[in-house]
Amino acid sequence: MTQNTQEITLAELMVVACAEAWRGDGEVLASGIGIVPRLGASLAKLSHTPELLMTDSEAFLVEEPIPLGPRGDFVPTYSGYMSFDRVFECVWGGRRHAMIGPSQIDRWGQTNLSSVGDYAKPKSAILGVRGLPGNSIHHANSLFVPNHGPRVFVAGEVDMVCGVGYKKERWAAGMRQDFVDLRRIVTDLCVMDFGGPDRAVRVLSLHPGVSFEQVQAATGFPLLQGPSLATTALPTDDQLAIIRRLDPHNLRATVLKGNPPAQRAAA
Amino acid sequence: MNKELTAAQAIARIESGMTLGIGGWGPRRKPMALVRELLRSDVKDLTVVAYGGPEVGMLCAAGKVKKLVYGFVTMDAIPLEPHFRKAREAGAFEVEEYDEGMFEWGLRAAGMRMSFLPTRCGLATDVLARNPALKTIASPYDDGEVYVAMPAIKLDVALLHVNEADRWGNTLNRGGDPLFDHLFARAAERCFVSTERLQDRLSLSRDDARFNFFERYLVTGVVHAPGGAHPTYLDPDYGWDLDHLKRYNASATDEGGWAGYRGEFIDGDEAAYQARIGGAERLAKLRRPVF
Repeated sequence: MTQNTQEITLAELMVVACAEAWRGDGEVLASGIGIVPRLGASLAKLSHTPELLMTDSEAFLVEEPIPLGPRGDFVPTYSGYMSFDRVFECVWGGRRHAMIGPSQIDRWGQTNLSSVGDYAKPKSAILGVRGLPGNSIHHANSLFVPNHGPRVFVAGEVDMVCGVGYKKERWAAGMRQDFVDLRRIVTDLCVMDFGGPDRAVRVLSLHPGVSFEQVQAATGFPLLQGPSLATTALPTDDQLAIIRRLDPHNLRATVLKGNPPAQRAAA
Repeated sequence: MNKELTAAQAIARIESGMTLGIGGWGPRRKPMALVRELLRSDVKDLTVVAYGGPEVGMLCAAGKVKKLVYGFVTMDAIPLEPHFRKAREAGAFEVEEYDEGMFEWGLRAAGMRMSFLPTRCGLATDVLARNPALKTIASPYDDGEVYVAMPAIKLDVALLHVNEADRWGNTLNRGGDPLFDHLFARAAERCFVSTERLQDRLSLSRDDARFNFFERYLVTGVVHAPGGAHPTYLDPDYGWDLDHLKRYNASATDEGGWAGYRGEFIDGDEAAYQARIGGAERLAKLRRPVF
């Protein structure tokens, strides 16, 4: 049962799509970086996958996901400890599923958060490789893209490969590739995965009012269609209630330009 | 024993061309009073090693960085560090960019007096391509797995900031996350620690003593610097100063911006800085950031 779709925003639909990425993961650290991925991880824990571990986005584990922004009467209680040092130990042991928003993604799932353009004198210096090399080679990762376009989904390789992917030529004999586990890509147009032949990217579902051709045109490399190309599910009343409780200041409304509704006019 | 120094005495031990490690993480627990003293000095050509925050941007803006060893530079609330970006995009310094975990491994290796530690982090990425000196190594055991041999990151000097210390060099880090400051202390030939509160000798309960993360024999000098992490976040004493960080951020785009910031905040001494930002009253108003 869903509410009047007029009221549901695209950001809320994306929160639910992000939450699906963690479904059935069991006892792993769920790290959703940014407003929508964090809400997705929290929604997953509060609905279908309560076994997930989460932090307060600082150094403490919580069993009750913490609402975003100023907390009012909400006082967090903690179930354990997870300093950055411990997060690294968790990463290397593989018991984590993170969702981050890289600046560039290529057809092999390689990601870039360091710099765009010539490495010596980049057109745009971003953050740095951060933890992407270690995360991507040790545990499950999903990707979040609030602005699906060819500048993010690049035609060739990303300018600086920070996170590893499935490009065979990058893997020499003896390197363990089997921990690499790229799951879902949630964008403002669709949900994709790496389930095609040779881990090719395929579209699993299109957000309401979006066509496959529109997604392909916004992507720098060829896409496949999933086996049963669906429309991305709208949030249910229960999911919306959880999202509103987790985000009392409606920070999710700031993620997408103009905070568009989930139900868009067909292109 | 008395290791107390002034900030100027500590910074006088840093020479041009040295490799300098700076503790903290992004906009957290940065030894900013020591960094400000370094900005006032004529030291240059530094190799700076940091989980970078505004201190890296300031050192870049002041032209003191010959080479930067880092995994990121960010102020979190303002994700893109403006002066770092400007210098990086201008090719103003040499770049040695590592995964956050490789970086930790490099410090650990140095602290353990190892030449390297093996890790998977960095394999199949451009971190190897952009650091041609990095080598891989195969396991000598039956598995034969190939790893990155992350070389030790040895530091000439480390700068850290703590909540409490004594004149012997005992330190307490009361933050929720001790970060990796202890590894900087272990990796360094000399380590200078600034502190919010300074005593002759700490006399602690067992519970409080657990906030001590590295031994005093690693500490070369202690500098009393209340407010010394401002404008970064010093858990649990004060939050980051977002207004100040915005003012600093604007200094990268305004005409004559850095010179203006420098003139307003850096060129006086630390007492003038603390007075300029509003002193202890201001620090008391800086709430912990809410995530």
